[in-house]
Amino acid sequence: MIERTPLLNLATYTVMVLGALMVFVPLWLVYVGATLTVREINTPELHFLTGSHLIENLQAAWARGHLGGRLFNSLIMSLGVAFGKVAMSAITAFGLVYFRFPGRTLAFWLIFITLMLPLEVRIVPTYAVAANALWPFQSILDATGLSDLIKAASGLQIALEWNLLNSYTGLILPLIATATGTFLYRQFFLTVPDELLEAARMDGAGPFRFLVEFLMPLSRANMAALFTIMFLYAWNQYLWPLLATPDRAGFGTTAVVELKLLAPTVSTNGGGTPDWNVAMAGCLIVMLPPLLLVAFMQRYFVRGLIATEK
Amino acid sequence: MAAVTLKRVKKNYGTTTVVHGVDLEIKAGEFVVILGPSGCGKSTLLRMIAGLEAITEGEISIGSKIVNTLEPRERGCAMVFQNYALYPHMTVAENIGYALKVAGLGKAERMARINAVAEILGLEEFLDRKPIQLSGGQRQRVAMGRAMIREPDVFLYDEPLSNLDARLRVAMRAEIRKLHQRLGTTSLFVTHDQIEAMTLADRIVVMNKGVIEQVGTPDEVYHRPASTYVASFVGSPGLNLLHVMVDRSASCIRFKDGQTLPFEHGQAVLVPDGPAIFGFRAEQAQLSEQIGLTLTPGFQEALGSTRLLHGTVANEEAVIAIPGNGPLDATTSMSVTIPASAMHFFDSTTGRRLG
Amino acid sequence: MEKRATFAMGWLGMAFILPQILLVFIFFYWPTGAAMFWAFTLERPWGGGNEWVGFDNFRQVFADRAYWGSIIRSLMFAASTATLSMAFGLLLAVACDRGLKGYQAFRTVFVWPYAVVAPAAALAFRFIFAPEAGIFSALVKQNPEFWNPAQNGYHAMTMIIICYSWKYAAYCFIFFLAALQAIPRSVIEASALDGASVLRRVFDIQLPLITPTFFFMLVISITDSFQDSFGIVDVMTDGGPGKATELLVYKIYFDGFRGLDYSGAAAQSIVLMLIMMVLTFFQFRYIERRVHYS
Repeated sequence: MIERTPLLNLATYTVMVLGALMVFVPLWLVYVGATLTVREINTPELHFLTGSHLIENLQAAWARGHLGGRLFNSLIMSLGVAFGKVAMSAITAFGLVYFRFPGRTLAFWLIFITLMLPLEVRIVPTYAVAANALWPFQSILDATGLSDLIKAASGLQIALEWNLLNSYTGLILPLIATATGTFLYRQFFLTVPDELLEAARMDGAGPFRFLVEFLMPLSRANMAALFTIMFLYAWNQYLWPLLATPDRAGFGTTAVVELKLLAPTVSTNGGGTPDWNVAMAGCLIVMLPPLLLVAFMQRYFVRGLIATEK
Repeated sequence: MAAVTLKRVKKNYGTTTVVHGVDLEIKAGEFVVILGPSGCGKSTLLRMIAGLEAITEGEISIGSKIVNTLEPRERGCAMVFQNYALYPHMTVAENIGYALKVAGLGKAERMARINAVAEILGLEEFLDRKPIQLSGGQRQRVAMGRAMIREPDVFLYDEPLSNLDARLRVAMRAEIRKLHQRLGTTSLFVTHDQIEAMTLADRIVVMNKGVIEQVGTPDEVYHRPASTYVASFVGSPGLNLLHVMVDRSASCIRFKDGQTLPFEHGQAVLVPDGPAIFGFRAEQAQLSEQIGLTLTPGFQEALGSTRLLHGTVANEEAVIAIPGNGPLDATTSMSVTIPASAMHFFDSTTGRRLG
Repeated sequence: MEKRATFAMGWLGMAFILPQILLVFIFFYWPTGAAMFWAFTLERPWGGGNEWVGFDNFRQVFADRAYWGSIIRSLMFAASTATLSMAFGLLLAVACDRGLKGYQAFRTVFVWPYAVVAPAAALAFRFIFAPEAGIFSALVKQNPEFWNPAQNGYHAMTMIIICYSWKYAAYCFIFFLAALQAIPRSVIEASALDGASVLRRVFDIQLPLITPTFFFMLVISITDSFQDSFGIVDVMTDGGPGKATELLVYKIYFDGFRGLDYSGAAAQSIVLMLIMMVLTFFQFRYIERRVHYS
């Protein structure tokens, strides 16, 4: 459109440049912080120019934060959540959309109500479940009197126990147990024309073939979007890994949780001035993977965010 | 009312040129239809006149003013969009009156003019509705009302009827024509539908690949197509086109399979010797007892009042129209005569009309 | 919407949804149920199961001034972060939507903060606002009272609000820009031909057309601020100084895992769930409206 609005264009660019500065300046200060020595950084002046100690700070952060193992944990957890979510969502949505069976509507609502309440609000009992994932079943057996029955009949005391704390399974499963991706896939499957299934069936395709050879290729873009979003979601998790990995010496925890320990607070070691240079170096390392992912997958990332509303 | 003049108007998107130096003069009060297939640059041309696209080269003037750098609102054009582009959050009255509101007119005057326009378009009872509550035809009228109320110098229509069903399209076509007679505003109408073009236009501009192929009245375009492109695009079915050699010394044209067709007058006498493309309209050919062109019949399409007989002449496809009933033995070859006045000749390389 | 064509084998469909039903049962319904159970019971001090206490836990929670404090702080936090992030997100989205030359580069940059891990952003802002090393360090040297988030609750709150909004504005930006770009171009062009200037179009056409997104974002911002604030609070302030930044989820975590008061934490969880459900109900209504709008 032809617009002669030089003043307004100037104002628009000003807004955009200021916005970009608001994004950049904090990131730049982190970077600068990661290049200074402890002595340099703890002087009461604003450091805007880089120093020359980036590499040693990165090394210090890497060693102090056990970042090798921690990043590995983060990666396994994020990949697990992303793959698990994509696979499970597709399969569940396929079952819900393409089959008729008694209780289907109930199942639909049971799954979709989970969208309403995030993990954070039911965090305490979820922790209890993770400590013993078979607790629900044990309770059911106890409550229905089945345990007693079995004990009386066979003399065996039923004690189901499966501790998920300090394990990848425990990190991953509770994060997968929501309907985000299922909803996305359901919406997508509903837009697939009925004729496609009818045609595929006339060509002799059964449900598995139809899922793998028709729906999966068609939903490739959705899959990439969901994968990106879920990877970021998992990488960003803080509260859950904080609780689910109490064994810091053994299993360790995720890189994001470890970050806090690089800059001690009142609760970790009574406070004191942290080694900001090392903390910022750690910050850089932990920030990088999701930033790279978003840089390469921006299209899918934005699309996924909007499609899943999260 | 204003004349619109385009001089060597060009449009590039990056390295691709979509409009190649178009020259066009539209007289004040004229109804001009730009006809062409999708992607021929016709909508781009319209949008450049509206100021919605910048032009790469050339000059556009409306009235006596060169408008190249003017913003859309400064050009005095109103536009009816293909998808109507109504403001979904405003009522019909607000939609129609928005331009007046922007112009700062008082509420009373605005309402008076909205009512006047609504009356012409039969929208009085819908004024308080939102676009989503209207049918396709009603939305179309609102879009027209929004354009009319500003009393613009030029009306621009961008395929406004293509989203309507067939019957409504015919009715709206007639209304647009009536409206033009009543208001007399210079109008440019873009379409890919040749029947719309034939019925609405004072003059038709046929475009292809960013170039104007022909400018002329509907009659001229139909009866004297300027190129093989126009010939095959306009009319249903399009002109039959066959490769021939013109032999003036023998006063005949020679087809690829050796058969000949004599001519005495018509366009043919002006055509130079050598290869040419020969064209004729399906309805101007007749089955005949006399010796004429030999048509090897293929299949028929019944259209009610007529039927179309598809076949080949000298191994090239041809269609003739014959009366809709009566017996027809379509198994053996038949003889077809064409009056000399109905023969068209085009250059075999450029496709331009000869003679 | 329902499919006309389906597969006949219903048992297979059941098998397909079974994994998710199981997961949802174990990790959603059971914990939610357990939270309810705990909220209405108290663990006997000498073991031997739980004792039904009715609404006692809730009474206790609501009688606790610290709880009301955390509710008010959470609401303040929600209101200020929603206002800041939506205002900046919308402004930048409107600027980008003009499509001026080079806007794509800006768009990419504006999305970044959302990709920055929250605790990392928290650590970064803690450093930036650190009285001994950050941007205020020079002023703090002259006047230690000027900025001290470790002692001054308002300073600490300001700090977490800025950090959260910095990140969340990017999220708002993504949604607002998508909503603006979903407006048909021809509607904007029609208003340009109707004589509306760029600014006038923003106020008459674009903003009214994205109101559904606006309300949707408002609700989402509030619910997200309850749940996503935990990492930022934990890394930046530990809920301090003196509980000045103790938001709802942080208090649940603190009472449940540090105080080991499962029943109190459960009662708080139930209250938070109710708040979220009410808000989500509104949100679904607005999602519905948005669907109808287009």
